[in-house]
Amino acid sequence: MTFLEKLDRRWIFLAVGLLVLLPLLFPLALPLFVTPPVAAFVKAVDSIPDGSKVLMSCDYDPASIPEMVPMTRTALRHLLDKRCKLVITVLWTGGPGLVDRVVRQIIEKEYPDRKYGVDFVNLGYKAGDEAVMLAMGQGIVNTFPRDYQGNDTRSMPIMNGVRDYSSFPMLVNISAGYPGTKEWVQQVQARFHLPMVAGVTAVSAPEYYPYLQSHQLLGLLGGMAGAAEYEKARNEKGSATRGMDAQSLAHYFVALCILLGNLVQWTKSRRTVA
Amino acid sequence: MKREVPLFITAAAGLLIILSFFVPHQIVSVPADFLQQTALILRAFGFVLGGVNVLLVNFDAIYKRQPGWIYKVVLVASLIATVVIGAVEGRGFLNPGTRSKWIYDNLYANMSATMFALLAFFIASAAFRAFRIRTLEAGLLAVAAIIVMLGRVPLSNLLTAWLPEWARLQALQEWILNVPQNASKRAILMGAALGVMATGLRVILGIERTYLSGEE
Repeated sequence: MTFLEKLDRRWIFLAVGLLVLLPLLFPLALPLFVTPPVAAFVKAVDSIPDGSKVLMSCDYDPASIPEMVPMTRTALRHLLDKRCKLVITVLWTGGPGLVDRVVRQIIEKEYPDRKYGVDFVNLGYKAGDEAVMLAMGQGIVNTFPRDYQGNDTRSMPIMNGVRDYSSFPMLVNISAGYPGTKEWVQQVQARFHLPMVAGVTAVSAPEYYPYLQSHQLLGLLGGMAGAAEYEKARNEKGSATRGMDAQSLAHYFVALCILLGNLVQWTKSRRTVA
Repeated sequence: MKREVPLFITAAAGLLIILSFFVPHQIVSVPADFLQQTALILRAFGFVLGGVNVLLVNFDAIYKRQPGWIYKVVLVASLIATVVIGAVEGRGFLNPGTRSKWIYDNLYANMSATMFALLAFFIASAAFRAFRIRTLEAGLLAVAAIIVMLGRVPLSNLLTAWLPEWARLQALQEWILNVPQNASKRAILMGAALGVMATGLRVILGIERTYLSGEE
């Protein structure tokens, strides 16, 4: 125990580094099961009529790439397989470049027949958080007169017939915090009754369970685990599935650290009493 | 008048926005839409204000050679370089192949992801040194946290596969999230919502005036 009491934290850093790195190099292929919130997400997206225009808000920045990008990729594939037309927005300042890259990577490589402005559009970022959500309820083209690259959205075929939230059967929100899922539920789902599903970070997922139980959210992906389950449900093997081996070992190590830390403290206090 | 006019504007704007939730008539919706558009424009100006503030604060720290001033030089130089490059590239500064896009993809995105990734190391270290179970409540919290943490990962599926389905870690963590967590979260949400409504009413009615001058 004396060894643990004086343990240099750099050993902990080294252990975390190895536990994350090794499974990425040598995958363990641990078994994954699809949990009810993820199954509900898949079912909700499946229920969107083929060829519909879907609003997708990707509210995150590069800090959350490992959790958010895999679920964005799978959701994009899911919607594009249904030949849905995508109207994409970003409400995080640091996100538009990343989201644009992810969308282009998927569409240009896997769906080269889809045309920008016809089958998908990236409206980009607009400052205002909840005010943007409310303004979109009054008119989406008025709120985003230009897309991410400065093109006039009024002249785009995909925006024909798009007025407000009533033009979409569903909102797919991938969010890492504020503004994000909570604000979409409170400002848009509750007011405009737009059905929605969400993918969120693991740390914030418990916050959205009340919305899931009240069916304000029709499905929920929580963190990289949610993204990996989504990949499994769609028979994909993406970066979230690969990352789950590393996350498994890291979670077990953190649990071990909590137990060992308390064991050290307990033996120390017993020694002091004696 | 110095206080009455801002109070009147606040009350009128607040009432209009609340009314727009219930009254679809254009007498309410047109001014409410105008207010929302105004809010968007004001928020955009906030970025300019924020940028100027960053420059002023950091120029001052550099001039006075405060501790860590060299890092502030890097910050100011990066800010100016990014803005100038973006301005020179014009409207298409975000198009693939531009210098701005290169800065975003190769500097900003990587540094931002790295900062967040460092959390994994510090969380493990903090779990060892700081997560002390001294009371029954802390013990319950620790048990729930460990079950949820382990129940979320596939290694637990493998290790608890021999148990009946309800006793597996994944099922237990789902129960914790769906029942006790959900009940407490819902109570907190309702309490917070009531608090927000009360504060909003206080502002609209002019009872809460701290936003005017910092006085009650």
